[in-house]
Amino acid sequence: MPETKNTTPENMEIFLKGVWKDNPVFVMLLGMCPVLAVTNSVINAIVMGVATTAVLILSNFLVSSLRNFIPKQVRIATYILIIATFVTVADYAIKAVSLEVHKSLGAFISLIVVNCIILGRAESFASKNSVGKSVLDALGMGAGFTIAVLALGIVREVLGNGTFLGYSLFGEHFQPLVIMILPGGAFFVLGAYLLFFNWLKERKEKQASIETSAI
Amino acid sequence: MSKKTETKTEETEEQVSGGKMLFSMGTIGIIAGVLIVFTFTFTMPYIKANEAAFLEESIFDVVPGAYTKKVVTLDENNTIIPVTNPDEVAFKLYSCYDKQDSLVGIAIEAREQGFQDVIKIIYGYSPEKQAVVGMKVLQSTETPGLGDKIETDKDFQENFKHLDVSLNEDKSALKELIVLVKNGKKTKKSQISAITGATISSKAITKMMSRSTALNVPVIYKNLDILKKK
Repeated sequence: MPETKNTTPENMEIFLKGVWKDNPVFVMLLGMCPVLAVTNSVINAIVMGVATTAVLILSNFLVSSLRNFIPKQVRIATYILIIATFVTVADYAIKAVSLEVHKSLGAFISLIVVNCIILGRAESFASKNSVGKSVLDALGMGAGFTIAVLALGIVREVLGNGTFLGYSLFGEHFQPLVIMILPGGAFFVLGAYLLFFNWLKERKEKQASIETSAI
Repeated sequence: MSKKTETKTEETEEQVSGGKMLFSMGTIGIIAGVLIVFTFTFTMPYIKANEAAFLEESIFDVVPGAYTKKVVTLDENNTIIPVTNPDEVAFKLYSCYDKQDSLVGIAIEAREQGFQDVIKIIYGYSPEKQAVVGMKVLQSTETPGLGDKIETDKDFQENFKHLDVSLNEDKSALKELIVLVKNGKKTKKSQISAITGATISSKAITKMMSRSTALNVPVIYKNLDILKKK
């Protein structure tokens, strides 16, 4: 493998693109349904993030390895079938590991099928790139998604319930902001994060323009 | 690498025959089928074990004061008989006893079509209080935030702390069937106050409970002497 050395920075870039530059939640605003609905506790966020990442990796892997075999006309139908298969697999796996977590995530596990991040990556990346790159892209996107739901989950559970992973943080006199674990809280927290990320982006752009004008 | 593939698919786009499409979709269908069946058979024992543990826990939740339990069923003459292999029996009752081995209640499973899929519940009946003393949802896929309140809504759960199912004079049927009333309109102990915004789910719970208690409570009463012996 003489190529490896040359492609390492490129591969790193594919991975980091999903985590930071093209973060599916904070930048592309994809898959809002699970992001808003199941981030009411840290454990739900972790399970949702891991399940989505697993489905992403497996479906990207299969779509990419079959990319020359699937005719273009029927690609969407086959992608959906592939994704639905892995979601069913993930559903059984979660049930086998913990029934309680499965119950608290409820219908949202099956709804991973229609998470637009997964179909989006299959269509725009895995169907055009090699297996290795597609898995890497899925890893990056999955990590980005997991980080995002975790970022929401931590804020919501700590403020809304006064706990972290079920452990009480502030003692019994803490009055939790119940709104944070209710659906409304999800919008507040997501809005605050988006505000922060857009502020970061704007500041970066400003600095870049100052630098170029200075040159 | 990526550019090469792109042009390749574009070139062949027009020439794909129906047979090839069918073949590729069929192949992927088979792969999908194999994967699902494999996972299903592999995870089934674990899921079954988890469900059994959850059921066990739920039984003790819906019958307060329960310490041990015994699985029983009914024979053709509606007489209670003990069960040796719970997997072989479709209809099961769980009679629960306290530390002194005296009967504290009977846990009964019920199911009914909900808004999305079948809802399964378990509830506890206390012969002493002549009332339902607890209810827990075992399985539901009701709408998150609305229908799933049947599991979380405190006011709704309050209905099942003491839901009157007293028998009539000759002990052959219930005095009054369990009925659903609008939220806040509850006047009798045999009424369930519905959840606002989750009418269908509330109705499903009421329906299965009403039917199950009307059927089982008189039978349990008739067999009370058998049940009391541990």
